[in-house]
Amino acid sequence: MTTHVEDRFEHHSEKPAGVSAQVETSHDVQVSTPAKICGMGHRMKRKEDPRFIQGRGRYVDDVKLPGMLYMDIVRSPYAHAKILSIDATEALATEGVLAVITGEDLKEAGNLHWMPTLMSDTQMVLPIEKVVYAAQEVCVVIATDRYIAADAIEKVYVDYEPLDPVVDPFEAMKDEVIVRDDKEAKTNHIWHWEAGDKEATDQAFAEAAHVVEESMHIPRIHVSSIETCGMVANYDKIQEHMQIYMTSQAPHAHRTVFALVSGLPEHKIQIISPDIGGGFGGKVPVYPGYVCCAVASLVTGKPVKWIEDRSENLQADSFARDYHIKAKMASDASGRITALKVETLADHGAADAAANPSKFPAGLYSICTGSYDMKAAHVAVDGVYTNKPPGGVAYRCSFRVTEAVHMIERMTDILAHDLGEDPADLRSRNFIRPDQFPYRSPTGWEYDSGNYQAALDKAKEMIGYDELRREQLEKRARGELMGIGISSFTEVVGAGPSKDYDILGIKMFDSAEVRIHPTGKAIARFGTKSQGQGHETTYAQILAEELGLPASDIQVEEGDTDTAPYGLGTYASRSTPTAGAAGAMAARKIKAKAKKIAAYLLEVGEDDLEWNVDRWQVKGSPEQAKTIQDIAFAAYTNHPPGMEAGLEATDYYDPPNLTFPFGSYICVVDIDKGTGEVKVRRFVAVDDCGNIINPMIVEGQIEGGLTMGLAPALFEEIVYDDQGQNLSGTLADYLVPTAVESPKWELGKTITPSPHHPIGAKGVGESPTVGAPPAIANAVVDALWHLGVRHLDIPISPQKVWKALRDAGVRG
Amino acid sequence: MSRHEISLTVNGAEAKGEVEARLLLVHFLREDLDLTGTHIGCDTTSCGACTVILNGKAVKSCTVFAVQADGAEVETIEGVATEEGLHPLQEGFWEKHGLQCGYCTPGMILSAKHLLAKNPNPTEEEIRWGISGNLCRCTGYNKIVEAIQYAAEKLRNAETEEARQEVSA
Repeated sequence: MTTHVEDRFEHHSEKPAGVSAQVETSHDVQVSTPAKICGMGHRMKRKEDPRFIQGRGRYVDDVKLPGMLYMDIVRSPYAHAKILSIDATEALATEGVLAVITGEDLKEAGNLHWMPTLMSDTQMVLPIEKVVYAAQEVCVVIATDRYIAADAIEKVYVDYEPLDPVVDPFEAMKDEVIVRDDKEAKTNHIWHWEAGDKEATDQAFAEAAHVVEESMHIPRIHVSSIETCGMVANYDKIQEHMQIYMTSQAPHAHRTVFALVSGLPEHKIQIISPDIGGGFGGKVPVYPGYVCCAVASLVTGKPVKWIEDRSENLQADSFARDYHIKAKMASDASGRITALKVETLADHGAADAAANPSKFPAGLYSICTGSYDMKAAHVAVDGVYTNKPPGGVAYRCSFRVTEAVHMIERMTDILAHDLGEDPADLRSRNFIRPDQFPYRSPTGWEYDSGNYQAALDKAKEMIGYDELRREQLEKRARGELMGIGISSFTEVVGAGPSKDYDILGIKMFDSAEVRIHPTGKAIARFGTKSQGQGHETTYAQILAEELGLPASDIQVEEGDTDTAPYGLGTYASRSTPTAGAAGAMAARKIKAKAKKIAAYLLEVGEDDLEWNVDRWQVKGSPEQAKTIQDIAFAAYTNHPPGMEAGLEATDYYDPPNLTFPFGSYICVVDIDKGTGEVKVRRFVAVDDCGNIINPMIVEGQIEGGLTMGLAPALFEEIVYDDQGQNLSGTLADYLVPTAVESPKWELGKTITPSPHHPIGAKGVGESPTVGAPPAIANAVVDALWHLGVRHLDIPISPQKVWKALRDAGVRG
Repeated sequence: MSRHEISLTVNGAEAKGEVEARLLLVHFLREDLDLTGTHIGCDTTSCGACTVILNGKAVKSCTVFAVQADGAEVETIEGVATEEGLHPLQEGFWEKHGLQCGYCTPGMILSAKHLLAKNPNPTEEEIRWGISGNLCRCTGYNKIVEAIQYAAEKLRNAETEEARQEVSA
């Protein structure tokens, strides 16, 4: 990496929006500031950690307000049923119970019984006529104590008339049972969406030498952050002010939704998202419990706390995935991929409550041509309602990219195996080459930069690929099952450019506000909200890099809508691409003003000055200089006549394009023929997320993401029975990996900066969750291919492998 | 619901309360004593976020009634650091990036503390099994294992140093 800070700035400002250029790939992190400043590239210990390691974090459930009441929720035992009556007499007669709120009550309060989802669909807050999924919120009880509230929900008697549920999305498409009969159109079909060129794709398939085809299901999973969702709502009737503590990944957007739904003026709503115990997408939607909790505070005039328990979290909160995919891939005689055709049925449950940008009902799924250069592709997706909890949010993945990557990486492997080719060689033959960037994909994406072969080469070298293939042959001859799986994925993150990306009409920019105090210390506030990503450290490092202020002198704040600038929040690996960029741009505005002040103080022209780490100095005479601290003091004490005092700036950053992190993962598995158990022996992950702000934090993001990629590949699935009952509703049934199942990840990196991002960074939190599952699945199928196994759906449980082995006549 | 007077030692200090028989220890700690560093992540004793040390053993305080802790000694995350500073485990988690969102961290640290008390020199595998009752969704566990190895080494060195000084004295 040879570009330094100034070049990156110039580069960015000169390029028209969306235009990218070929960039060099390097292997080493660049550090251009000394340790005392701790700019980009330093392994700075996290500034947020002292409070967490001493039990002094402040999460929503830690908030305790005087006179606080507790809310608990009565939930439906049926997946589909008419509500005949709700009798709360006994509950209300219980000492300590103050109120029971039903759908009728919400209707009377101003039609609050329905709310919009983030996809402009509608979702019941509390039902009046019928319930549409098991564990649906039916009514809420408010009591003086959480134990009394939990007792009282057992004393609310709801009379249901069970209806036939529709649980399978293919059955739902027949419209024999209508999930949403509140809608005019009596159909479960929500939307149809297409991308790419159908005609060109059909033509390419007609001309293909080889075609491979496979059906796969990416099942329903749940983020299951260790902290569940919750709220403390505190309505002050005298001030007419609603203060809300909320497990929110997007507090500003939630404030606007609350204002629009409730009619409360937006300036009278303050949402505070305090420390968040993991989000991963699950804390982006607005759940009925939040709305009920806020209404409960409005009704009682007292603070009300609602904290869901784990079984509620797993049964009723938004799920991820649930894509049923049929894919076909075409190639020429030499194994060059020519086209891809994908049809998908997206099971959204009882409402389309995903959190995709408005124009993208299937998210960024059309990134599914992946890292491969092909002539044509066509993707069609249909969304469908079923009697399951609503959703379609992320699981540490930006907008359906995981589903896309799993499909393309599985299909590429199937093609390689069908042709009798090494999967690494087939990938190399089909990669988009570095000189093709900026690359326009057949479904319309403009990839900013990439060097896929460099990442694959590094991964092969780290793991000793050729030696492993030899070992595999030897073992196979002895009847042992060993597989090697590759995933050379491309991510697409950083939503996004305002012309295409919005949530409920709000453009997906993000923001930073940086203020330097007279003594050279600073406060910086952002529109995003960390849930463990370490923004208090990484944002400070970005500002340290730009301004030369020590990162330890910069206080970073997020999550309070009264103080932070408006932003769309943290999910989809967007914080560094958007708010991180805003921080850099705000810093550059400050630096421009600082230059004027320095010129005034040094009595030279601005053109005579050059920036050096933390100061403006006279060209050719570096002893004549003013540090950023000197300048900050002067900004309040001795600023040039006619100039505004102070040293601060705000930036709302609208990215010119998305960013495209990538990587190559190689996984080695050993399979027990007797039990079907898959053991991940080694896993090498080479990631390229562009320029790196803090290598330690990037490693942490990657290792955590890899374990969240291992989880759905081998363990996690939300399973429903044919009556729509969730069979995975506790952590005893839903298998989140422990330290024992999680392998020792081996990390490597290449660095290919984003040419359009102010600091060349791309985002990293989700790449490993996107890239890991197909590497593991490919390794398992690679071990079994010679037995006639072409595909196994994730999670690849011992039962599935054992059955495949028995079907192939293998006995342990 | 019957109420009971309880008296226990929490982080070296006496704590008293009059509690319902069914009150969970975790709620007594968090709500009666305002020790909110002990977290709740599930209702099936699966996640370990609520781990505290009760009479020398790491337990999940969501599955212990407060009345069962009557007369006991309890250590929570708030009691791990001393006047001399952070405990080596706390240092290790900070140094090695053993935490991200911080929610599982108190439980992890207390499970690790119990592990190292039993086994001052654990192998990597023993560490992984030792924290297998604690779920972390953020870190992927590698850096937690490194944090515990860091602390184990530091504690062993401190013990050797202490023994050496005793011998020379």
